[in-house]
Amino acid sequence: MTTATAPASRSRDDVSPPRPALRRRMKSSYPTWFFIPAGVFYVVLFLVPTIASFYFSLTRWTLFEVDFIGFDNFVRFFQEPQLVQGFLNTFIYAFVTSASKVVLGLLLGVFLSSQIIARGFLRATIFFPVLVSTIGVGILFKVLMDPFGGPINEILGAVGIQGPAWLTDPSIALLSVALVDIWKGVGLAALIYIAGMVAIPQEYFEAAKVDGAGAWHNFRHITLPLLRPATVTVVLLSLIGGLRSFDLIWAMTKGGPGFTSDVLASVIFKQYQAGFFGLSTAGNVVLFVVVAAIIFPLSWWLNRKGDEQ
Amino acid sequence: MRNVVWKWGAGTVAIALAFVVFIIPFAFILFTAGKTQAEAAALEFTWPTEWVLFENIVTVIQTRDFLLVRAFFNSTVLTVVAVAIMVVLAAMVGYVLQRRRSRWNPLVNSLVLAGLIIPPAVVPTIWVMQGLEIFKTLPGLIAVHVAFGLSFCILLFRAFVATIPRELDEAAIIDGAGPIKLFFRVIFPLLRSVIVTVIVVQAVFVFNDFTYALYFLPGDDNATVQLTTFNFIAQSTSSYNLLFADVLLITIPPLIMYIFFQREIVGGMTSGAVKG
Repeated sequence: MTTATAPASRSRDDVSPPRPALRRRMKSSYPTWFFIPAGVFYVVLFLVPTIASFYFSLTRWTLFEVDFIGFDNFVRFFQEPQLVQGFLNTFIYAFVTSASKVVLGLLLGVFLSSQIIARGFLRATIFFPVLVSTIGVGILFKVLMDPFGGPINEILGAVGIQGPAWLTDPSIALLSVALVDIWKGVGLAALIYIAGMVAIPQEYFEAAKVDGAGAWHNFRHITLPLLRPATVTVVLLSLIGGLRSFDLIWAMTKGGPGFTSDVLASVIFKQYQAGFFGLSTAGNVVLFVVVAAIIFPLSWWLNRKGDEQ
Repeated sequence: MRNVVWKWGAGTVAIALAFVVFIIPFAFILFTAGKTQAEAAALEFTWPTEWVLFENIVTVIQTRDFLLVRAFFNSTVLTVVAVAIMVVLAAMVGYVLQRRRSRWNPLVNSLVLAGLIIPPAVVPTIWVMQGLEIFKTLPGLIAVHVAFGLSFCILLFRAFVATIPRELDEAAIIDGAGPIKLFFRVIFPLLRSVIVTVIVVQAVFVFNDFTYALYFLPGDDNATVQLTTFNFIAQSTSSYNLLFADVLLITIPPLIMYIFFQREIVGGMTSGAVKG
């Protein structure tokens, strides 16, 4: 789930080297074949398909035959307006959801770490949607956001606001789905920040108090820098999730109206359903490249900057 | 004084907000599921004039020849078997990965990271599954979940094994334990707390999964619970009461998990935020 745990486990290796007589037996006590059973699942059902996708993306592929056609699928992918739209929407969706989760998660995390009543209840409440099935949430909000008599617009109307046609207006359908994604996922971001807050030693705040720092200075110069690992985790998790997002969009709009809320993952499914396996796989390769091109450099950069401090 | 005002004032405002933003939507599910078809079609957030929740649930369960019962059975088998396999295999990898420095480690570590980040290639996976004749079968979906879920489990196990003293291993080896006995009799029982975490987090994930079931296990005969909702969407747009009764039913298992294992779920999903 997180890339951040990786280096933590290394230190143990250096503690108490086994006595020489034991060393050979120790070594064989940790057999490399323990990797094999897990490796079989991973290689057969994840690695092989991933590598094969590069070949199949260059083919016209139906149930019965495979024709090699070079880069035609990719050319098509960046020529047909609906596919280009899906490509761009993927970035918009991922950026909007992860930026909002960072900001709201940080605010909620700091707020729910302060001394207020019913803290445990509030934490439990905002986290619960994370565990509910995405399809259930999608169905629920599709009804709540119904432009004709849906509860959200009824309530907005009662206070004199003309609610938008959330999911049927082409210009905001994608953002409406993103809003629900934020609603569902912000609890996880907030809890990651709370875990980060717990790890900040109280002494820092006491020392700052002696120096006469106010609440804003505390936040700006102690809390924010020390929450950096939490921010890295939230950014990476929500970007990975946002770029791959499929089920919420599928449950709420199916990419519509038209194809205005399509993203790469829903394009992949639609092309697969239509029987264009080669084109669908090309979409997979594009998604692969997009995710890798964003996540790997970003995580390297974020983690490196953390080390320098 | 200021603290008391903050404590009660901000707390009260937050409770009111949480109520509107988070609790009312879930109440809406419950109320709509309890209404008659005509009343539910109005899509209003009101107390049902007549509670027919039980009748609705019975109708949902009986729909299409007890499809939901079969779906619950399928989802349970899927979740239990997939998570069990994941836990044992990932614990083996995480354990050796942490204990032994071999030239395979960098490769395995990068494969684990790749598994976390890279989206699975859908149609080629179907192609492989067809070759193995496990496409559209429950064992096939189980295998897919295991393959895609291993990485996350391995990370948790590797971090936890680091906290188990090596002296325990040495003592067991001196007593003559072989590698299998050492792992399954000595180490595995000590992993209990992280095993609970992995089980609940992955169980919620597998149970809630929609995408993989849609791709790799299509068809009504072996639907999983997440797919059953589409019956009531397709069937007719006006039976919102049945649709929400179904949503209510598939929300209950994660809710139960959350009530009993809140600490493990939160701990598992937020791990890594602190250590950096």
